[in-house]
Amino acid sequence: MKEAGGLVSAFKGSPLGNRLRRWGVNGRTAVASVPFFWLLLFFLIPFIIVLKISFSQTVIAMPPYEPLLHWVSEKVLDIKLNLGNYAFLIEDNLYWKAYLNSIMVAGISTIICLLIGYPMAYAIARSTPTWRNILLLLVILPFWSSFLLRVYAWIGLLKNNGLINNALIALGLIDQPIQMLQTDFAVYVGIVYSYLPFMILPLYASLEKMDLTLLEAAADLGSRPWEAFLKITLPLSMPGVVAGCLLVFIPAVGEFVIPALLGDPGSLMIGKVLWTEFFNNRDWPVASAVAIALLMFLVIPIMYFQRAQDAESGRGART
Amino acid sequence: MNTARPWFRMTALALGLAFLYIPIFSLIVYSFNKSRLVTVWGGFSTKWYGELLHNQQILDAAWLSLKVAAVTATLAVALGTLAGLALARFGRFKGRTLFSAMATAPLVMPEVITGLSLLLLFVTLEQLIGWPSGRGMTTIIIAHVTFAMAYVTVIVQSRLSQMDDSLEEAALDLGARPAKVFFVVTLPIILPALLSGWLLAFTLSLDDLVIASFVAGPGASTLPMVIFSKVRMGVSPDINALATVLIAIVAFGVAFAGYWMARQQRNEARDAQMALAANQQMIESLKAG
Repeated sequence: MKEAGGLVSAFKGSPLGNRLRRWGVNGRTAVASVPFFWLLLFFLIPFIIVLKISFSQTVIAMPPYEPLLHWVSEKVLDIKLNLGNYAFLIEDNLYWKAYLNSIMVAGISTIICLLIGYPMAYAIARSTPTWRNILLLLVILPFWSSFLLRVYAWIGLLKNNGLINNALIALGLIDQPIQMLQTDFAVYVGIVYSYLPFMILPLYASLEKMDLTLLEAAADLGSRPWEAFLKITLPLSMPGVVAGCLLVFIPAVGEFVIPALLGDPGSLMIGKVLWTEFFNNRDWPVASAVAIALLMFLVIPIMYFQRAQDAESGRGART
Repeated sequence: MNTARPWFRMTALALGLAFLYIPIFSLIVYSFNKSRLVTVWGGFSTKWYGELLHNQQILDAAWLSLKVAAVTATLAVALGTLAGLALARFGRFKGRTLFSAMATAPLVMPEVITGLSLLLLFVTLEQLIGWPSGRGMTTIIIAHVTFAMAYVTVIVQSRLSQMDDSLEEAALDLGARPAKVFFVVTLPIILPALLSGWLLAFTLSLDDLVIASFVAGPGASTLPMVIFSKVRMGVSPDINALATVLIAIVAFGVAFAGYWMARQQRNEARDAQMALAANQQMIESLKAG
């Protein structure tokens, strides 16, 4: 049967996926189940635990929270579902401010990344193939070197007696150094700087695939370059714009390192709040509630990203 | 070709690249500064590199980070390859949607959430089954593998989707078993993708501060954790020296990998040409016969 099946499918030129059924259920299950269970155990189940702990009460102990399930007697299971942590988040407007501020900072940074990244991606996609590879490498290379140290580099540039202020004073443009470090401005610079490659790469990928004869046709039909750009290039690069924006926005909302090193110590970002609750206040249940609330907000963009990603890289997936 | 306003494109590109590289160059230049004041030039000196070599805390942390990164990258490539293979080649199987969601979500998940959730998992597991007892290198590696394998999965999945699968078809036609097809045909073709996946996982692990801070026990400090606590105190020239060393290693590694991949491609092209020529010769001889 197996041979005959092989022959038939060879004649029909059936897709490889069908042929691979010959891995048999066992082989395929073995291949898929190792990463599947790894992710189940170390990615999905942890969220359920975070959810659970976000409903428990803080106690001074190790671990510093009270168990939810509590055997009162042999057969009575007492479940204490404590909504107090969430009530605390809603009542204390510190958390609201931190969430809104994080979303605003991440949103504005994403737009700035797009405004800087789009022309760069466009220029790379329209250069000669040799230059294209070199330029692409130049964009990726900073991403390979330490993120922490690249953020650190900005301290030296932005501080009061740093390079930028010294240069401006030497040029006679200013008399007094401008306070740049420990401001929101520094946070924007840091986020845009660190996440720019994540914006450029998907933009480049969608611009590079574009059929340039469309632009020629538009020019032949009398449309001006900017008109052709708005009506053809921009819509065709939308998948790249969406992917780039999500790749910048989602992690930037929860960013900790950049506001901690460059930002105003008084200004609130939710990643920093979570860190402080956890490490300084040792309040694990509230930190968990902060994480769950952040996740609830991010779940829609994350699902959107995931679907876009699967559509993009899984185009070859066979049924 | 659309050649409107090339100066605008070139200017945007030049400014953008300057923005990306000026901070890095400033780090390198000031690592050779004699003065302790990082932004005042006090003459050329390599003394900070010497100091780096005598800083036992940094050396220990660097050694731990390198070990963690090497193990992480290897495990992440193994798991990510399996995941990418399943997503690209197995069609629609039960649980694929959940699988694919779990495989790509770590790419964008804010690090504070991943770190917190993994720590709570380790604490819960320790209470329930006594493993992992305490936290340290093992827990850091598990955490890093979990987010690094997402990158490997995406790289492998997209490489497999782009790949011409007629070679795999041919091998199956010739009676090779699927496992053999994978090791003899598929694996050599996707090897460059696996290499870049390994390097990426290695640097991601070497670079991570937030997740490691959550899941490392009090005894284990990775290099980013040491750097972070030093940097919080202010700018210090030995960190600049350390940054320069790391940048040099990365630049060398990437250049080497790029050279290796280019050579690999050339070899492939040459092999394909030779196969084609042999084929041609065979057809000619058949015709003659």
